[in-house]
Amino acid sequence: METVYREPTFVQSLKTRYFSNLWDSVFTLAFAALVIWIVWNLFDWGVLNAVFSAENRDLCAHGSGGACWAVIDARWRLILFGLYPFEEQWRSAIACAVMVLVAGLSCAPFFWSARRLAGLWLSGFAIFYVLMRGGVFGLTPVFEQRWGGLSLTIFIFASVSLLGMPLAIAFALLRRSELPWISRTMGLVIDTIRSLPLLTILFTFAIVVPFVLPDFLIGDKLYRVIVGYAIFFACYQAEIIRGGMQSLPAGQEEAAKALGMGYWYRIGYIVLPQAFRNALPPTINQFVITFKETTLVAIIGFFEILASGNAAYGTSEWNFAHVEVYAFVGMIFFVFVFALSRYGAYLERRLAVASR
Amino acid sequence: MVSILKQKAYRDATNQVLFVGAIALTVLTFTMVGRENLEAQGITSGFGFLERSTGWSISFSLIEYSTSDPYWKALWVGFLNTAFLGAVSLCLATVLGLIVGIMRVSGNAMVELVGASFVEIFRNVPLLLQVFFWYALLTALPPPRSGIDVLGVIFLSGRGTYLPGLNVTGEVVFLAVVALMAALAGVLWLKSSRRFARRSARDKKRLTRGLLAGWLLLAIVLFWIGRIPDTPLLNLPYLKGLNYRDGIRVPPELLACIVGISIYGAAYIGEIIRAGFNAIGKGQTEAGLALGLTTWQIFTRIRLPLAIRAVLPTLTNKYVWLFKSTTIGIAVGFADFFMIVSTSINQSGQTLELIAILMGGFLLVNYSLAWVLNRVNDAIKLKGNQLRM
Repeated sequence: METVYREPTFVQSLKTRYFSNLWDSVFTLAFAALVIWIVWNLFDWGVLNAVFSAENRDLCAHGSGGACWAVIDARWRLILFGLYPFEEQWRSAIACAVMVLVAGLSCAPFFWSARRLAGLWLSGFAIFYVLMRGGVFGLTPVFEQRWGGLSLTIFIFASVSLLGMPLAIAFALLRRSELPWISRTMGLVIDTIRSLPLLTILFTFAIVVPFVLPDFLIGDKLYRVIVGYAIFFACYQAEIIRGGMQSLPAGQEEAAKALGMGYWYRIGYIVLPQAFRNALPPTINQFVITFKETTLVAIIGFFEILASGNAAYGTSEWNFAHVEVYAFVGMIFFVFVFALSRYGAYLERRLAVASR
Repeated sequence: MVSILKQKAYRDATNQVLFVGAIALTVLTFTMVGRENLEAQGITSGFGFLERSTGWSISFSLIEYSTSDPYWKALWVGFLNTAFLGAVSLCLATVLGLIVGIMRVSGNAMVELVGASFVEIFRNVPLLLQVFFWYALLTALPPPRSGIDVLGVIFLSGRGTYLPGLNVTGEVVFLAVVALMAALAGVLWLKSSRRFARRSARDKKRLTRGLLAGWLLLAIVLFWIGRIPDTPLLNLPYLKGLNYRDGIRVPPELLACIVGISIYGAAYIGEIIRAGFNAIGKGQTEAGLALGLTTWQIFTRIRLPLAIRAVLPTLTNKYVWLFKSTTIGIAVGFADFFMIVSTSINQSGQTLELIAILMGGFLLVNYSLAWVLNRVNDAIKLKGNQLRM
């Protein structure tokens, strides 16, 4: 007699996934209780007993037992825009939206070529900079010292990526150079920078570099920090790209050589496109980490979103509301980072199917 | 001249000399300009300042330290603090990460959901924000008078967390820790060295147990010798007046860093462990079942060792990365290596020398950590080109 495979019914799959034996059932019930307890308490704290309007500050100062979202209602402009002039904050908001749009668009396969991607990011960045800085098209100029909040975080992230990516490609090519002294020196530089904490590098570029540069090269502290961060990013990204190149079969480059293609042709049209495709999941992971670690600039005195969050509850008026402020800032990061990492996971699956 | 340029060998040599020369020249220029600028401010370069006394105090120190101690001792205090924070956080992150990783492959959908939520929540929020959060939470705890009492031995308060301790001198604890490391290194050597390759597995097990038992005995003897006279061995904190007495005080800055780094690290390590479990072929479990092993035996004897072996190189990178992240201690005011160095720069102005010490310290720790873990990896990795997955 022949057995026919049937899709398991709902009850059957419930049984295998949750109650396959005694211990399984015990774990299911215990963890379900835990989840319900946590979710209920969060709901109770964050919604049922929460105070939402800034007018009711006194209510949450005396303890309503719930979250005091009033602090967000009162201070959201400070958290998102920092010390940017109040009347001009719409510019900061549009600038952020433009960069988020650029990041979203670059997820579409249409933009997956070096030229289009570079064009998209450079033009997005130019719009961002003009909007933020002003001084042209009748916009009042706002200097970098007054930038803050989410837009500063995005500015640092975008400039580090734009500056770091070409650097990373250069580093990776030098690292795999056939000339031993070049590849060894580059390897030493990359390994050294990679084993130093990012914070010490940012600190060095912010505080120490002015001592060791001739005066005309010093520049603004913000741009020095961005250069330092970009070099750090490039060292990590260079190793990722090199990994992508190493997983290419040697025949690819040899075939290109046999066809008489020159070095830049081979690199630009044969090696790099395939290397990037192989290295896409770790590259996205690197962007995720880079975005999260922009918060470190708060320590060396920049007013990015975490520092402006600290300032939002720093006054005596709101000093009890730290959990709410951190939850709000954490949520903003979560939305960006979660979306990006899900996208990375999706790409990984897609590539796995393609290479099967 | 032109014909020389056209020869590949000459061109290559020129390129290399130019590249290395340019890098060396940049470094040299930076150092020269830096020295000049600092000398213009009346700061003499060199490491002589290390012998000068600091004149400032350090909020947390594992060894005796006073304001009249020299700079090198302050830096050593900072280095020990960083090493301590790193060691505790990495251990906790590993334990927690292992639990989370196992939860995510447990096969029970409810347990997997909890594990996945943990990973997604703590991995997608910056570490600095998490440390700020824990710090704000810990300092907002009630004052010692109304502190939270856990089973009468641990007390949580806004001024710090109080744990029970042992009434022994610090040197003895240090010696015991060194002895433990030596014993573990011995175990590792036993497993990896060719010298013991011919010994049977049972002999090796016996030697391993002997080493660990020897350490335990030594630790007991050490604690007995080093105990502070006329006090009970166990030292419990208790409330007296406005604060706790006795016990070990863990300042909120340190605890916030430990909790933050452990949880953040656990989310990453959990994912790595899960990938390790997923990399094991189904045949391994099925073979175990066919041999009549129980699920527990299959898990502890087959799946876990194979999973750890598969992911150890990835784990090594993550450990180095996590250790580097201990520098965020400065954000909440924990006196770690980086904070001591930056205070020293402010106070003494010896910028270049101190930055060199800072980088040297991290290079040393990270290279040794990677070296040890690579030895472990060499000891347990698949030998030869067999494919046994």
